[in-house]
Amino acid sequence: METASQSRKILVAIKRVVDANVRIRVKPDGSGVVLDGVKLSINPFDAIAIEEALRIKEKGGADEVIIATIGPADCQATLRNALAMGAQRALHVVADAPLEPLAVARVFLKLIERENPFLVILGKQAIDDDNNQTGQMLAALWNRPQATFASKIELSGQTAKVTREVDAGLETLEVDLPAVITTDLRLNEPRFVKLPEIMKAKTKPLATLSLQELAPGAGGAPRVKVLKTEPPPGRQRGILVKDANELFAELSKRGLV
Amino acid sequence: MSKVLVIAEHANGRLNASTAKSVKAATTLAGAEVVVATFTTAGSPIAAEAAKLAGVAKVLDVTNAANEHALAATLAPQVAEVAAGFTHVFAPSTTFGKDLMPRVAALLDAPQVSDIMSIQSATTFRRPIYAGNAITTVEVAAGSIVVGTIRTASFEAAAAGGSAPVETKVSSAALPAHTRFIGLSSAGGDRPDLQSASRVISGGRALASSDAFKIIYSLADKLGAAVGASRAAVDAGYVPSDMQVGQTGKIIAPELYIAIGISGAIQHLTGIKDARTIVAINKDGEAPIFEIADIGIVGDLFTIVPELEKLIDASRK
Repeated sequence: METASQSRKILVAIKRVVDANVRIRVKPDGSGVVLDGVKLSINPFDAIAIEEALRIKEKGGADEVIIATIGPADCQATLRNALAMGAQRALHVVADAPLEPLAVARVFLKLIERENPFLVILGKQAIDDDNNQTGQMLAALWNRPQATFASKIELSGQTAKVTREVDAGLETLEVDLPAVITTDLRLNEPRFVKLPEIMKAKTKPLATLSLQELAPGAGGAPRVKVLKTEPPPGRQRGILVKDANELFAELSKRGLV
Repeated sequence: MSKVLVIAEHANGRLNASTAKSVKAATTLAGAEVVVATFTTAGSPIAAEAAKLAGVAKVLDVTNAANEHALAATLAPQVAEVAAGFTHVFAPSTTFGKDLMPRVAALLDAPQVSDIMSIQSATTFRRPIYAGNAITTVEVAAGSIVVGTIRTASFEAAAAGGSAPVETKVSSAALPAHTRFIGLSSAGGDRPDLQSASRVISGGRALASSDAFKIIYSLADKLGAAVGASRAAVDAGYVPSDMQVGQTGKIIAPELYIAIGISGAIQHLTGIKDARTIVAINKDGEAPIFEIADIGIVGDLFTIVPELEKLIDASRK
């Protein structure tokens, strides 16, 4: 008989970020970007991670999809959204201050040790800090394979074949499971959540965990401190030309053709 | 004094241009000794090529049969092994460096600074967040190795002309066998690599078909340019996804960028705003692309592009 520890689990680690459609503003005093009253959503790459985990489960490749996040109390709304997409349960590690990627990886490693997933999927980066670090760090701490920037995942037995979007084109790796995979944009298109699913998600299990108990020390002072945040230098509007002849003349003048 | 280890990126027996840019970045750290580490198989010419980069004090060539393909899982323990004694470990912020360096940082228990745009001091760096819509200045706490990835668009390439000594080292790090390279398919063909090309021509949704991209390719070939596309063109299926330029695709900084039939969504502009000269061809004079274009032309791309190509042809006769 299958025991709980033998059930095939996928852990999906997500982050709540400023919604991708919000045009962010830098605070005039340089202390950061304006977050008050701004719409927050699941990091888009993490939504792709959830979708991929659900598709694997729906094809019979997994028994359970578990969503985990680290953040303040109101992050639970984000987890409920993830549950409404179809995940079975959620883990909320409560932390009021943001953690840096290596600390985040340490916390997720603790969750891996509790849950024993055969696969961990994360977005390749969060669209706020754009660090692109957590998945790789987690794989290193766990001493397991990583396949970053995935655009295709094929599971077979104890291995996964992952196509990666690299600068030179598409690279294919084979990794032994368990492994960490991070998602790129074209892996899939996340599903829209339907109203009945939102209702159902309200009663799905959501466990709250203390950061201090789970990973003592992970909440320590960050080693990379932000001193100042500024808007990027702007580009000036240039000239308008009226036809191909003028365009060619202008390009020639600047030594560009 | 700072001692900077730069991890070389290479493929097919050649150094990637991103390596020279990372070396250049390292040399902007005042008084730094810059050592390049090449992770190769025995007999590779890569270390000798790296030794020619100006500003390099030494090349450390770490050979191992496992280095035939650049896999983060097998490279990271080797990088961590040679990183002892260095104050900084840098690699380009390409998919190679982005994949590798956080794994290295975790093995070294070091913080990482991603996408370094400028180096203010040994501990202070500038880097973009929110897809370049804000720039932060960050400070790394004293007492740990700084792992960093270098935003290649922010630095020129180190010049040739150096002649650093090459020290060969056989790695004794235990390497995992759990990750295996299967293959690489590249889309570019004979055209320059989109990421590093000095000229790039991109097409957008206004091309309206895969077939219509022919006029983009044709102009690009006349100019020796790489071809890119907007996300809208990729999503519409006109071109493959590895041609996407923008926040979620490739962030580039060519000498010349020509945006054809691209309206200029924020996420696209983020990917091109460091180009030296931006040219926009679009029939909508209100398109946001014109707000950042150095040279704009409002009109029908299907007329203008072939005409421009003919003018280029004529000028070369």
